[in-house]
This record gives sequence, structure tokens and C-alpha cells, in this order.
Amino acid sequence: MVSDFFLWVDATRAHQVISSSTWMFAVIESIHLLALSVIGGAVLMLDLRFLGVGLRRQSIPDVARDAQPWLVSSWVVMIVTGIALFVSEPTKLYYSAPFWWKMTFLLLATLFAFTVRRKVAQADEAHVRPLTYKLVALVSLALWFCVGASGRWIGFSG
Amino acid sequence: MSLLPFCEWLASTKYSVALHESLYMYPVVESVHVLTLCLFVGMSVMLDLRLLGITLRRVSVQEVTDRLLPWMVAGFIVMFVTGILLFYAIPVRSYQNVFFRLKLIALVLAGLNAWIFHVGIHQNVHQWGADVRTPPRARFAGAASLFLWALVIVCGRMIAYNWFDCDMHPGPVMQVLTGCPGKDLPK
Repeated sequence: MVSDFFLWVDATRAHQVISSSTWMFAVIESIHLLALSVIGGAVLMLDLRFLGVGLRRQSIPDVARDAQPWLVSSWVVMIVTGIALFVSEPTKLYYSAPFWWKMTFLLLATLFAFTVRRKVAQADEAHVRPLTYKLVALVSLALWFCVGASGRWIGFSG
Repeated sequence: MSLLPFCEWLASTKYSVALHESLYMYPVVESVHVLTLCLFVGMSVMLDLRLLGITLRRVSVQEVTDRLLPWMVAGFIVMFVTGILLFYAIPVRSYQNVFFRLKLIALVLAGLNAWIFHVGIHQNVHQWGADVRTPPRARFAGAASLFLWALVIVCGRMIAYNWFDCDMHPGPVMQVLTGCPGKDLPK
């Protein structure tokens, strides 16, 4: 059962350490936010280029190559700090609707970023229709926006 | 001269109370403020990393500033307007919050750094913009910008914590830094 896993996390030593500390949650959250800026920059740089309003003089595969390491590394930092935030309050999150939305959007956004969007970004520009680029950018922006917005809403609910 | 009376007056205005007590408006403004980080700081980080020669190495700095600066400016305007609204909703507590004060100092320094970069070394970007290794002054501007905006973000997040709020009766040093009235001083 899913709830058993949440209860197990609640019983771990890590949960005790983070949730009983005054400053730990705040520090982890700050790092989560710093990584948010970087992942935002990495996602936007390529999506704006897809939409033709970013670094227009660079080829799309070039912009994608420059953005990718920052996307991957900030994604890893987001996940690691995100897990630590989760460990600190699993029983609250189990009952939080925004948390489940966020996890759903996160899964979709991640899958999309590393499959369809990645393929389209690396493809020869001569073989991709302009509309495809625009659609991919809009789906990417919408998915990541939903991850961010529902993530922020976890803090407002419950 | 203290700005406290001004903040107290601001807190008593109709719309400040409305925003403060609103069920959805305040969280929406705050969410917009936080998510615009992706646009404003996200784009700034990419420019700063380019100035440090860490990313977009084949792209000239001039192109990065030409193409991304409008997005940064748009992002900054949204950050600024929502930031003012957040302060307007909770003026007194923000004014007496040590992280809010630190954030404003970092914000002024970050602005100063950006201004010095733009009226200084960036004026002849056409001479050095294509170099991977940019002039020391440009690299300094990039590093300072990364550090200062990170400080702004961390301080901004910490405003939410009440560790040093006046009603927590902070120690003597914090009392000075927050401008809280002392415990035994007549109010």
C-alpha cells in the first residue's frame, strides 16, 4: 500500500532529524528554490528558441546542447532536495492534493523533456516543421508551469 | 528617522488589509512572484554563466544580452510589481524582518552590479563579446550577479520564518538589526 510507504518514511531517522530541526527544512527549501531558477533558465532558453523568440541566430541543436547539462544537473538537485522535503513531512503530503498533482505533472514533464522534446531538439532542423517546435515548446512550458504552481500550492494547503 | 509609522499607516489602508486577508489573492501573487524566478533569475543565470565562459561558449555575449535582456526586463517588472504587492500586504512585519532587510541590501547591490556592467565593460561588448574568456570586469560582474541573486532568493525564502520576529523577543544584536522595540522600553 502507498500509505504504508508514507508511514515507513515517517518512522525513519532522516524524518526525525529534518522535521525536528529549526533550520534544516528552510535551508533545503532554499536550495530547492535556487535550483528552480536554474532549471527555469535551462527550460526557457530552449523553449524560447523553439518559439523563435530566444537565441535566434543559434541552431536549435546548439542551444539544446548548451542547455542540457544545466537541465539535468538542476533536475537532480531538485529531486534530491525534493526527496528531503518529502521525508520531512510524508504524512502531511499523503493528504495534500497539490502534492499528488505535482508528482503527476513532474512525471509527465520529465518524460516529455527527456523523450519527445529531446528528440525534436536534436533533430536536423530541415526535417522538423515550425509548428512542431512551437507545440513542443508550449507543452513543455505548460507542464513545467503546472509542476511549479502545484508545488507552490503544497505550502498553502493543509 | 524610522519608516515604521509609514509601514503602520500602509498596513491600515483598505487594500493592504484586503490583500492580507484574501483567501486566494495573496497566494496567487506570491506564486507569481516565485515562479517568475524562472524567467528573471533563470535568464540572468544563463547570461552570468556565459560571462564566466561556462556555457553558450560559441554564442557572443552581445547576442545573449540582445536576445535575453528583454525577457529579463519583463521578468524583473513582474518580480518588482508582485514584490511591492507582497510588501503592501504585510508592511510592518516585513519592515521589521531581518531577512527582508538583508534581501533589500542584496537587491540594491545586485542592481548596482548590473548597472556598472551595462554602463561599463558592456559598452564595448563588440570587442570582446565573442571571446570565451571574457575580460576580468565582465567575469567579476557575472560571479557577483550569481552570488547576489542567490542571496536575494535565500533571504526572500527566509522572510517566511518568524525566528527573529519582534514577538519572539530576539537578542540585543537582532533587536538593532530588526528595529524591534525592546522588551522593557515603553512602547
